[in-house]
Amino acid sequence: MAQALLEVEKVSKRFGGVVANRNISLAVPEGRIVGLIGPNGSGKTTLFNSIVGHHPIDQGSIRFEGREISKLRVPEVARLGLLRTFQQTRVYDKMTCLQNMRISVPSREVSFLDMFARFAPEVDERAEALLEFTGLYAKRHLRAGDLSFGQQKLLEFAMALMAEPRLLLLDEPTAGINPTLINGLIERLKRVNADLGITLLVIEHNMRVIMSLAQHIYCLAHGELLADGPPEAIRDDQRVIDAYLGAH
Amino acid sequence: MRQRISFVLLLGVIAALAIIAPLLFPGYRTQMALLWVMVIFALTWDVVGGQMGYNSFGNVFFFGIGMYACAVVQRDAGLDYYTGLAVGVALGTALAVLAAAVIGAGLLGLRGHYFAIGTLGLGIAAAEIAASWEYVGAGSGLVTPVFPGNIEDRTLFYYGLCLIVALLTFFTLRWLYAGRFGLAINAIRDDEDKAEAMGLRTTRYKTIAWCVSAFFLGMTGGLVGNMMGFIDPRDVAFAGATFGVWMVLMAILGGKGTLWGPVIGAVVFHVTQELFWTYLLGWQRVALGLLIVLIVVFFPQGILGWLRERRPDLFGHRVEEAERGA
Repeated sequence: MAQALLEVEKVSKRFGGVVANRNISLAVPEGRIVGLIGPNGSGKTTLFNSIVGHHPIDQGSIRFEGREISKLRVPEVARLGLLRTFQQTRVYDKMTCLQNMRISVPSREVSFLDMFARFAPEVDERAEALLEFTGLYAKRHLRAGDLSFGQQKLLEFAMALMAEPRLLLLDEPTAGINPTLINGLIERLKRVNADLGITLLVIEHNMRVIMSLAQHIYCLAHGELLADGPPEAIRDDQRVIDAYLGAH
Repeated sequence: MRQRISFVLLLGVIAALAIIAPLLFPGYRTQMALLWVMVIFALTWDVVGGQMGYNSFGNVFFFGIGMYACAVVQRDAGLDYYTGLAVGVALGTALAVLAAAVIGAGLLGLRGHYFAIGTLGLGIAAAEIAASWEYVGAGSGLVTPVFPGNIEDRTLFYYGLCLIVALLTFFTLRWLYAGRFGLAINAIRDDEDKAEAMGLRTTRYKTIAWCVSAFFLGMTGGLVGNMMGFIDPRDVAFAGATFGVWMVLMAILGGKGTLWGPVIGAVVFHVTQELFWTYLLGWQRVALGLLIVLIVVFFPQGILGWLRERRPDLFGHRVEEAERGA
């Protein structure tokens, strides 16, 4: 098998006596959409935090484009092109949507002098195009904190795209979003993957969403990898069903 | 376009006032020079405290460094008055920036209240060190060289310099806030963890912001020392209880995190304070204290912040339904 974009190998992470992740291995090949599911408290977000360098891992190895990243700090990992969005949605709430987008341009290309410069017109061009893509164009001059929760979620997504990541980790992209908008969001995620070539690793609780979105799914339970496979196989896997019903 | 015209008009009016007023009222020149110093105080505090959200109580530290460094150069370098002043101010500015870079590397790792308390110690420690260091005159302070000319010219000279530095500060910050730097420190204020997760070089931006602040404070320190003629370590140079607190108050009063807020706050505060001295002598500190309480209780957002909450459309925060590119 060719080298995957992201390779997580035998990663363990404990907080005091609680083992949040034990011996987890997964691979996200370039250009794919991979899902990560599991009951509450199964260690999905902990794994995300480990991948982006939010906290050190106890054991194992995390490689991005073949490069070991488990020792790097959050901003360094982000500058390599590995970004995450937050479960609790984080935007810069006192800044306007457009400002939120502008400051999200990739930091790896910013030289020392650029830090004092103004933004190029192309930046605004791209920011507006992405705001239109997420349906926020009319609200571009509103402060992000004045948007509804669902709109903030879309803005955070647009900001992540603005940063031109190679791999995007999405932590529950549809949580709190109006059910009628979810189909539109699935459509956009697929387009981002197909048209912009951004690889996605998605945590999701909504089974309908993840089954129609992901090409490969990993399922965690109690901090361990329970099963992995294509969506159909996961849906019919007795261990996964048991885990969700609390038999595990 | 209309905004641009009104901005230029406003600046024109302010410039006219700034030039005419000291000529019409020569007796108030030093007070007016101090008004510009207050504007600089409020603007520089707001870079870190307002725009970046790092409440600093130690900014007066850089002011004091600039003041002492300049006075020492003037005393020891043996240059003529104007050259000595120029070299002194330049060196004071450089030292203040250097101090900000070095200390910032340590202190800016602290967040929220911890940062505020850390910086509080900075000004106090510096005052105590200066007050016991013989080389800089210890507790008896330093006297700056005598101005070669009459008193009238002296006050006008320093008025002009303070005005120039205030304008320099305002336009530099206006430039910085419009670009990447401004948005980056705003992002740090709103959510520093998010900014890091997006790959922003937060430490670098924070240190630069602190250095920008120190740059103008150091420069102003050298001028104010000469304007006052006498440098006391606790009451003039590292005057945390007066200048140090005022810079925070003025920025909050006007509206922190805005460009014009600190300017408005400084003017309102300085004028009010002078009126208290004139009409409430003996009670001026009580009145000032009361004013501070009223500001914090009724205007926690400041004048501009209050306006922005009520009329967001005036600040451009409105929905625009028009299609893109239409």
